[in-house]
Parts: sequence; C-alpha cells; structure tokens
Amino acid sequence: MTDTFQSSSPIYSQLADRINRKILRGELQPGDKLPSVREMAIQSNVNPNTVQRTYRELEGMNIVETKRGQGTFVTENQEILTEMRERLKEEEISQFVKGMYDMGYADEEIEVGLNKFLQEKKGDSEQ
Amino acid sequence: MIELNQVTKKYMGKVALRDVDLQLTKGKIVGLVGPNGSGKSTTLKLIAGLIHPTKGHITVNGVEVDHRIASQVSYLSELDEYYGFYNVGQTIDFYASQFPDFNKEKAEEIRAFMKLDPNAKLKHLSKGNRGRLKIVLTLAREVPVILMDEPLSGLDPMVRDSIVKGLISYIDLENQVVLITTHEIKEIEFILDEFIAIKDGEIIGHHNVEQLRTEQNMSIVEWMTNSYQ
Repeated sequence: MTDTFQSSSPIYSQLADRINRKILRGELQPGDKLPSVREMAIQSNVNPNTVQRTYRELEGMNIVETKRGQGTFVTENQEILTEMRERLKEEEISQFVKGMYDMGYADEEIEVGLNKFLQEKKGDSEQ
Repeated sequence: MIELNQVTKKYMGKVALRDVDLQLTKGKIVGLVGPNGSGKSTTLKLIAGLIHPTKGHITVNGVEVDHRIASQVSYLSELDEYYGFYNVGQTIDFYASQFPDFNKEKAEEIRAFMKLDPNAKLKHLSKGNRGRLKIVLTLAREVPVILMDEPLSGLDPMVRDSIVKGLISYIDLENQVVLITTHEIKEIEFILDEFIAIKDGEIIGHHNVEQLRTEQNMSIVEWMTNSYQ
C-alpha cells in the first residue's frame, strides 16, 4: 500500500519530495530511469496528470531529464544533486528551528540540545 | 466537452436540480460530491441522456443530449442490472455486441487486472466482484465521456483499492473525461483533478484539487467540512 498525502500542500510537490528523498538515500541513482507516468500513478495511487506535473517540476529544477521516446531519468550532473542535498538540508533545519521557536526555545538551548542529542546517539551506536 | 446550461430537473414538481451551469473539459477526472439526495445521480443521468431536463440545455461535444448520446457516453449505474445466468465472459461478449465502441481486448486486459474468472456465473459473484465487473464493462468502451455513479459504495477497502488502481490504469486521459459521484472521498481524492460540490440541487463549489491545496491549504474533505455546515 502507499503512504497517504498531507492535505496542506499540493500532491504534485509532495510526490516530488518523495522522489528527491529517494535520490538522496541512493534508492534512485544518477542516470536511473523513473517509472513511466502511468506506472508512477499506479504505484502512488494518484492521478496521472499529477505525476506529469511532478515530473515537469523536477525537470524545471534539472533534477531529472526527459529523453524523447525513452522516458525520464535522474540527472547525472553531480553539481545539481549536491545543490539539492544542501537545499533540502536547509529546508529541514529551518522547519525544525521554526518548530523550536514556536515552543519558545532560544538559539543556545537549541544548539546545546541538538549537540547533546547527537553525542548521545553516537554513544549508543558505539556500545 | 460536457456543458450544462441553466439546467433544472423536477420530479413530480419536486426540484432535484436548480439552474445548474457546468462546464467540463477533457483530460480530467472529476468528482461529484454531496449528501444523499443532493442531485448527484440526477446530474449523471441527465448527461447520459437517461432523463431529460425540465428546463435548460445539456450538450456533449457540442451535441444536444438525448437518448442517442449513449454512443458518446459510458455510464456506470449505481444499480446492478445484469443477467444472472450469464458468466463474466458472456457478459463481456454481450456488451461487445451492444456497443460498437467496446474494445474487447481492453476488456480482457481489465478483467485479468481485476482477477475476475471469465467462467464465474454472475449470480454467484460477490458484491466486490460485481463492482469490479462494472468497472471492466464501463472502461472498456472507447468513448469521450465516462460517468460513474458510486463505483466504490458498499465495497471493502481491497476492492476499492483495485477499482481506484483500475481507473488510473485504464482511463485514456488524452481523450476522455470521467465524472464520478462518491461518498468515499478520501479514497479517491488523489486521483481527482477537480471536484464539484452539490447541495440541495445547486452547485456550491467547483474547484481544482491541487489549486485548493496550493491556495487555501485545504483538502476536499476539509473544504466540505467548512462548506456543508
């Protein structure tokens, strides 16, 4: 079964996010072919028009390229992939920090807390 | 592709639809939502040419709708109206003999996708499998307009999922428009391009689903919760 989508943002961009994350995790490698629009629609239970839009969006960001008659492929341009990796990191951090601010934490507390968390995690995995 | 112009429908003096204007273009899956008795099935039957408007005009591809519109419209009824003594294969053959636009190869493909046994007698089919067969018969026709009245209602989640997947797989979005009435909005929300909300015979909203999310951060269900109070 497929995960569900959040109601607050458009489905095409949530689907684009998922594909980006797959690329970051290495489940999709540079040069890999993406499923056809129809296949992707069936896999994710969404409208083929939505998938079309997702692919167009990713194409606009040069993360994928469509070769006529062959399909859509993950770019092999490392620069673009590195840039995406940075951008998604910044987005995630900014979300996290915003959440912390909403709860009233100050910068120092966030920094100390994050460091402590990472240290403890390191300790756990070394045991 | 489908146009309703100031359409009113009364049953024995009781208004089912009032002054409805509606335009639908091809390449879209459109949901028609609203409470029971709000006029969803009436709208579908009017477009299918099964009933006639009391007032106003309906056209499909520029042609004024009457019973002959059946050549342009594939209609899935809310009811089960099939011959119990036929088996699945015979039912498909019967449909092929009735509609020149019926694509038997496609029907075969969808039947296999739905895992329906061609030799199973209709009177012995489960409710879920009858629901699946209706999808086979409706989608195998190569017509510009597909109308589905409650294709998911009363079916279990597995069947609903196979029907949604069948829709995604076999609709020809280059050439067709699909209009679906449903209460199972969550199930179908992600495959809709647009939805039309209807209440007491009047259209109270017609939205592009993605636009609603982008502009108002709302899903269909949230929009309905706000609008049907």
